[in-house]
Amino acid sequence: MFNYVLRRLLLLPVVILGVTFLLFFLTQRLSPEMRASLYIKDPRQMGSLEEVIQKYGLRDNMFKQYGRWLGNALEGDLGYSQSANMPVAQAIKAYLPATIQLAVVTIVLVVFFGVWFGCVSAVKKDKWQDVLARLFSVGGFSLPIFVLGLLLLMLFYGKLGWFAPGGYSVYTDAVVHGGSFHSYTGFLLIDSLLNLNFRVFWDVLSHLVLPAVTLCIGSFALMVRVMRSSMLEELGKDYVRTARAKGLSPWQVTYKHAGKNAVIPVITLASIQFIRLLGGTVIVETIFEYPGIGRFGVIAAQQLDIAGIMGFSLMVAVLFVLGNLLSDILYTAVDPRIRLD
Amino acid sequence: MLQNRIFKRFAKNKTSLAGLLLVCFFALVALLAPLLAPADNARNPYQMPQSSYAIEPQTPSSSHWFGTTEQQYDLFYGVVWGTRLAFKIGITVTFFAFLIGLFVGAAAAYFGGKTDEIIMRLTDVVFAVPSLVLAMVIAAMLGPDIKNMMIALTAVAWPSYARLVRGDILSVKQRDFVTAARALGARGPRIMLRHILPNSIYPSVVVASLDIGYIVLTAASLSFLGLGAQPGTADWGQLIAMARNWVLGTSGNTLAYWHTVFIPGGAIFFFVLGWNLLGDAFRDILDPRQG
Repeated sequence: MFNYVLRRLLLLPVVILGVTFLLFFLTQRLSPEMRASLYIKDPRQMGSLEEVIQKYGLRDNMFKQYGRWLGNALEGDLGYSQSANMPVAQAIKAYLPATIQLAVVTIVLVVFFGVWFGCVSAVKKDKWQDVLARLFSVGGFSLPIFVLGLLLLMLFYGKLGWFAPGGYSVYTDAVVHGGSFHSYTGFLLIDSLLNLNFRVFWDVLSHLVLPAVTLCIGSFALMVRVMRSSMLEELGKDYVRTARAKGLSPWQVTYKHAGKNAVIPVITLASIQFIRLLGGTVIVETIFEYPGIGRFGVIAAQQLDIAGIMGFSLMVAVLFVLGNLLSDILYTAVDPRIRLD
Repeated sequence: MLQNRIFKRFAKNKTSLAGLLLVCFFALVALLAPLLAPADNARNPYQMPQSSYAIEPQTPSSSHWFGTTEQQYDLFYGVVWGTRLAFKIGITVTFFAFLIGLFVGAAAAYFGGKTDEIIMRLTDVVFAVPSLVLAMVIAAMLGPDIKNMMIALTAVAWPSYARLVRGDILSVKQRDFVTAARALGARGPRIMLRHILPNSIYPSVVVASLDIGYIVLTAASLSFLGLGAQPGTADWGQLIAMARNWVLGTSGNTLAYWHTVFIPGGAIFFFVLGWNLLGDAFRDILDPRQG
């Protein structure tokens, strides 16, 4: 187990180097002039293009340039993001908490409703509840999140006016950047509670509803499926028959006995899905104009903001690899039959 | 014998038949696109015609069966040619990704040792970033158009096939008939090409071809983000991106522009649904644990 974790951690730098080098290699397809022009904002300064190329060494050997980027990155300097108008490191620090917040709320929704629907579906096998849950699950797999997101916006923002896009309202923006609001963790949901400002808390939470519901659809469909089959398997086992024979109530048999065991694969799946959500946040945050890291990445990609793209990919790769490792460890913790080696 | 059994099990399952019907329907639409929606510009039929330059979408009418979206692009034309484009993207990307995966996976399994280790670490690198994010970044660097989008999708899709092929070959390599061939004096390349590959490739081919739905979904996501097909292209993701500006409707009727999301969105939904149902059916059939 210890060896496994160590080996995976040693592999982390290899993977990170691979990803960043691959992307850096791609940026070299752009001519030095094109890359230099990213540093220039005022069109009147275009004459100084050659100066910029010299200053940043954009004509150097690719490996030399990559080494320079890597050296700076190790010191925490990821360059300046033109699209976000701030240093990349600062942008990541500003946007990441909002994305983690969204992912946490989403995974809570996924686990809660996934386990519930899956359980009901298994207990009422082949009845209408089951058919409905299975239809939901097949449909959820096939509905692209950008279609669902737009439909929800149309209904709940356009028609009903319940929720608005964005990360928070103007009121919250004024409070948060007002001065008397202390930022303890960077997570607005937690900070607002610590500041005892419940209006901000509700505001942030209500802005999370639509993105979270949209983001959860794919994972939710998977969760229902896994919970259903896991529950069906447990319900067929001997100890459940024993429990029934003892005269326990059906509720106790299904939820206290079978349910507890059936939920194990769901928990491990949830930890994997939590990491997978990162990919989806890119689309969801763009649709709902939610100020998170995914939207930052999309805008950087659209505007060909090289420093932004590199920083974003680096961060996603680190999160993804560490997250996968964590879910592997969790896997062994929940199910002792599995050994990592 | 075997095929007969697979066919029977397949026909028994209603949902898999529904999936097959959906996929066949879309394939038919794709094949008949020039008849269903004759192109004005035969050279570039994927460019949607505009009936005028007015901005506001028009609801379905007799002249525009599915209505028009922003800037009067005809949605019927867009959905029909979008189907053809979806198949084109899905098949091309799957084909090339599988080809690369086949070569790389076979090389890893055949040579083993260091080569295997290096190749597998290479796939780790691609797996280290969510495929949508990686495809997005690559497509951005290459410049947004359909060809570059297909390159980006191929670049993120091949590693999973490489792993699949490698695993299949490694398991077939252990079988008795391979030992027998070796005992008869056959040499490495011959064993690989004549004995191992034909016996290990089919499950991977099935898995790869069923990924077409997923590839099309990712492609649509990229187009939606503005990193794939460009405005005016008959592409489902692009059509939905255009609908983004119209979710609010008019002050009198808040759902006035429902069709701009519903129609291209429905096309993607049923397309992916068809492939998913088909995929589930095949996974059930190929799963040896089920009797």
